[in-house]
Amino acid sequence: MGKTWKFGSDINTDLITPGRYNLTTDKKELARICFIEFKPEFAKQVKENDVIVADENFGSGSSRETAPIAIKASGIKCVIAKSIARIFYRNAINIGLPVLISKEAVDGINDKDDVEVDLEKGLIKNKTTGKEFSSEPLPEFLLEIFNEGGIINYLNKRKFNA
Amino acid sequence: MGQTISEKIFSKKAGKPVKPGEIVNVELDRIMSHDSTTALAIEAFEKMNTKKLYSDKMVIVFDHAVPAPNENVANIHRRLIDFAQKNNVEMFYGQGICHQILPEKGFIKPGEVVIGADSHSCTYGAFGCFGTGMGSTDIAVGWATGQNWFRVPETIKVNVTGKLRTGVFSKDLMLTIIKELKQKKIKTNYRALEFHGQTIKDFDMSDRIVLSNMAIEAGAKTGLINADETTLNFLKKAGVKGEKIFSDDDAEFVETLEINADEIEPVVAVPPDVANVKNISEVNVPKVDQVFIGTCTNGRIEDLRIAADIVRGKHVKEGMRFIVTPASQEVLKQATKEGIINDLAQAGAVIGNTSCGPCLGRNQGILADNDVCVSTMNRNYMGRMGSPKSEIYLVSPYVAALTALSGKLEWREK
Repeated sequence: MGKTWKFGSDINTDLITPGRYNLTTDKKELARICFIEFKPEFAKQVKENDVIVADENFGSGSSRETAPIAIKASGIKCVIAKSIARIFYRNAINIGLPVLISKEAVDGINDKDDVEVDLEKGLIKNKTTGKEFSSEPLPEFLLEIFNEGGIINYLNKRKFNA
Repeated sequence: MGQTISEKIFSKKAGKPVKPGEIVNVELDRIMSHDSTTALAIEAFEKMNTKKLYSDKMVIVFDHAVPAPNENVANIHRRLIDFAQKNNVEMFYGQGICHQILPEKGFIKPGEVVIGADSHSCTYGAFGCFGTGMGSTDIAVGWATGQNWFRVPETIKVNVTGKLRTGVFSKDLMLTIIKELKQKKIKTNYRALEFHGQTIKDFDMSDRIVLSNMAIEAGAKTGLINADETTLNFLKKAGVKGEKIFSDDDAEFVETLEINADEIEPVVAVPPDVANVKNISEVNVPKVDQVFIGTCTNGRIEDLRIAADIVRGKHVKEGMRFIVTPASQEVLKQATKEGIINDLAQAGAVIGNTSCGPCLGRNQGILADNDVCVSTMNRNYMGRMGSPKSEIYLVSPYVAALTALSGKLEWREK
């Protein structure tokens, strides 16, 4: 179980890992700068298994993969949003950051609510209100990548084994 | 049933007719990455159980922070240069912005598929080439397999008729299109845009590039334009023999947005949202500290000519920081030849080296707290150019140059 961090629409990747800080591939350092200007308290207060809940178009803008890496390295269990920008969505699946699409869940969860997420079933339970929500299932192909923990493991098991 | 440009490209690649929504794994023609995204791609590649690198498809452009502004970046560059040299990968150091370099140096061809570890890789759509941005790991997948997967996108048709009036440019048109798509709540995510109509046919490549370049700002996967005589003539200069590609007259579009170019006003995207587009006459900006002309959106020779025509023989307002960065060394050389660099410098411009620099707050024009910048770039996000307390207003090069002179965000007909 974790607490939620609620965000609005159009949270772009510049807000997650700003260009001026986006100069490293070190996961710990990326976790430290996650939302450093937009939500400075995030990196200090975020705990393992917390969940990001966002409105429309989460992760828009730049293709920088440091954004989902920073979020994952912060301990965030998954991102629940009404919609997720295409590049961020691919990047998240590729590196094994779970992303769930659910309009109902976003509308039914407030900032700092306690939530429990069953990633396998795509079920989201708001422990604060007792409400439960389902999410859109991943397309089969993406589910396979996700179940391997990302595209690298997926390819290593299939493509390069021959 | 006819096909859109995306459907044609992916059908040819897949060797069978494909429909929107289908997932296809296809051969890539080019894989681009730059100094800000390549390091992560190398780390991803090194975790893959393969040594094979499709180096003939790869190109690495050092453009985001060049020449290296500090030791940290210099060390990253060193790693990337060593990697490129060791693996025989074509690279360009400080020669210009990737999206300018690739078409200019002949890496872009109509009908091909190009991925870039940069969200503005949709720029290549201007050439009838399926260009789209991906993250570093996806780029490494391309390096290691020569392929990647795509979901064949639905396409939104943006049909533009009429003629832009004097002092109104393709930047004003594209900002207006972005606003309209958002206001009309047209879903753009995972979808491609196609720009059609007489206005687009009449546009030169520079004007077309502005539209495709900012397709990502509309949330789209790419922004395609039919490859016609204008396209082929441009590519010929780059030594590329391309073929035309068109979407069919009976192609199926999920949505159509009609735009009358006669009615487009000079506009500005007010921070912190690119879709927050207003007529310049409606926006009051009390002070402007910096004007920036450059980037993959509006740093081409055509843009510098527009700016030079306005500032020639005049001087920018006292205290104004006027920064001009040509999009590539080729643009810089041409502008020098035409006397444009001299005109701009005489007017007080700082000529930056040909890179992305200020556009992502890396170097050459970082903003301080409460600074206001009027810029020809494509993003006005919070903190994009420096302090999160600064502001960025997006405009055409014409308005940027006028603003540099008067110190006020303004538009007037010549």
